[in-house]
Amino acid sequence: MSYDVPKIEGEEDPTFGNSTAGTGGYPLWEVFVRAQRGLSHVHAGSVHASDGEAATQAARDVYTRREEGVSIWVVRSSEIHATDPDDSGDWFDNPKIYRHPTFYEIPEEVGHM
Amino acid sequence: MALTEIDPQERFDALIDHGAKIEPRDWMPDGYRQTMIRQIAQHAHSEVIGQQPEGNWLTRAPTLRRKAILIAKVQDEAGHGLYLYSAAETLGVSRDELNELLHTGRQKYSSIFNYPTLTWADIGAVGWLVDGAAITNQVMLTRTSFGPYSRAMVKICKEESFHQRQGYEIMLALVNGTESQKAMAQDALDRWWWPSISMFGPPDAESTHTEQSQKWKIKLETNDELRQKFVDMTVPQAEYLGLKMPDPDLAWNEERGHYDFGDIDWDDFWEVVKGNGPCNRERIAHKVKAWDDGAWVREAAMAHAHKQRLAEPSADASRKAE
Repeated sequence: MSYDVPKIEGEEDPTFGNSTAGTGGYPLWEVFVRAQRGLSHVHAGSVHASDGEAATQAARDVYTRREEGVSIWVVRSSEIHATDPDDSGDWFDNPKIYRHPTFYEIPEEVGHM
Repeated sequence: MALTEIDPQERFDALIDHGAKIEPRDWMPDGYRQTMIRQIAQHAHSEVIGQQPEGNWLTRAPTLRRKAILIAKVQDEAGHGLYLYSAAETLGVSRDELNELLHTGRQKYSSIFNYPTLTWADIGAVGWLVDGAAITNQVMLTRTSFGPYSRAMVKICKEESFHQRQGYEIMLALVNGTESQKAMAQDALDRWWWPSISMFGPPDAESTHTEQSQKWKIKLETNDELRQKFVDMTVPQAEYLGLKMPDPDLAWNEERGHYDFGDIDWDDFWEVVKGNGPCNRERIAHKVKAWDDGAWVREAAMAHAHKQRLAEPSADASRKAE
């Protein structure tokens, strides 16, 4: 079904960033789940919660209802430092193809290497 | 030339053209951001409000097995709403704002949830038809161009299949039951069929923002294409149940290789979108009440967190990452 509810005549898009809604003000936490032993924790999404313990409980209910994980990390979203996508060229576009094994030609007679 | 010198619009267009995903901190046109916020938020609201018609039967499920299944399904809908709010928030809108927009009627949710669930058979019909339609739409959306939305859809689709199958199983049990149980199943199909197919949205010819959404690869199939796909899938399932579709014009079209179906009552559809469906007011009133009733819990939780931090500054870190 389309969740993209069509606009009715005269309907305007609300503007964002000027809410007056008062709530409990739960901060946002990023959730990382380890799917099974031997694997790293992987980002699963985020939850709002009052503290770290409540965040792990919320994360368990939201992201692991079907045995998707054996361990959960949560970290306040505001504590995440990230690279800037505008700088991604400088950061990541420096191909040094000689760092890859396929750069080197090994005679077939040598066999698998 | 460093990537930073490329015009952001050109970079955005190139990513879309190559079928790459747009990620939250990428530059994007304002229209794309607005469209994404609107669509993801409405989708999230739909999942959250969608708990109500089914929650209506939690205390009256006919067996403990059905009750456990229905609780799990309703809980899934809450989870789906949360994955989606989480995706919307990456675009710079806050959860509080989204709640407020829903509560004040400035953002909508899918009209299908404004119809009542009158009998137990409606729970079967909702799972089979409404979740079936949702899957048709959401499978398409797993390929949508905004990364967080696409990832949420992948997770939701994995879970949605159980929803549809449990609904169909309810219908199967009813049609194999007594005459009155079978009649109850037929009645639910009669009431849910048209709303289910109209929920794919207005016909392509009248759908104003489909074209732009397709250009941005937000939507990869049109309302009419998805509707046809759903009808083609569902008609044989109804036949298996021995139920009759409430559409005298429904017939297999050999030439098209699809089922033809009758005209949808778009006046009824628009009435419900405008807020005049059977349950619009009730749904929002219930949602607002639940939010208001929970205010003291949120306040107490924040006060507790504050106190813990004062008592032991490292309280949050008491369970260190392994």
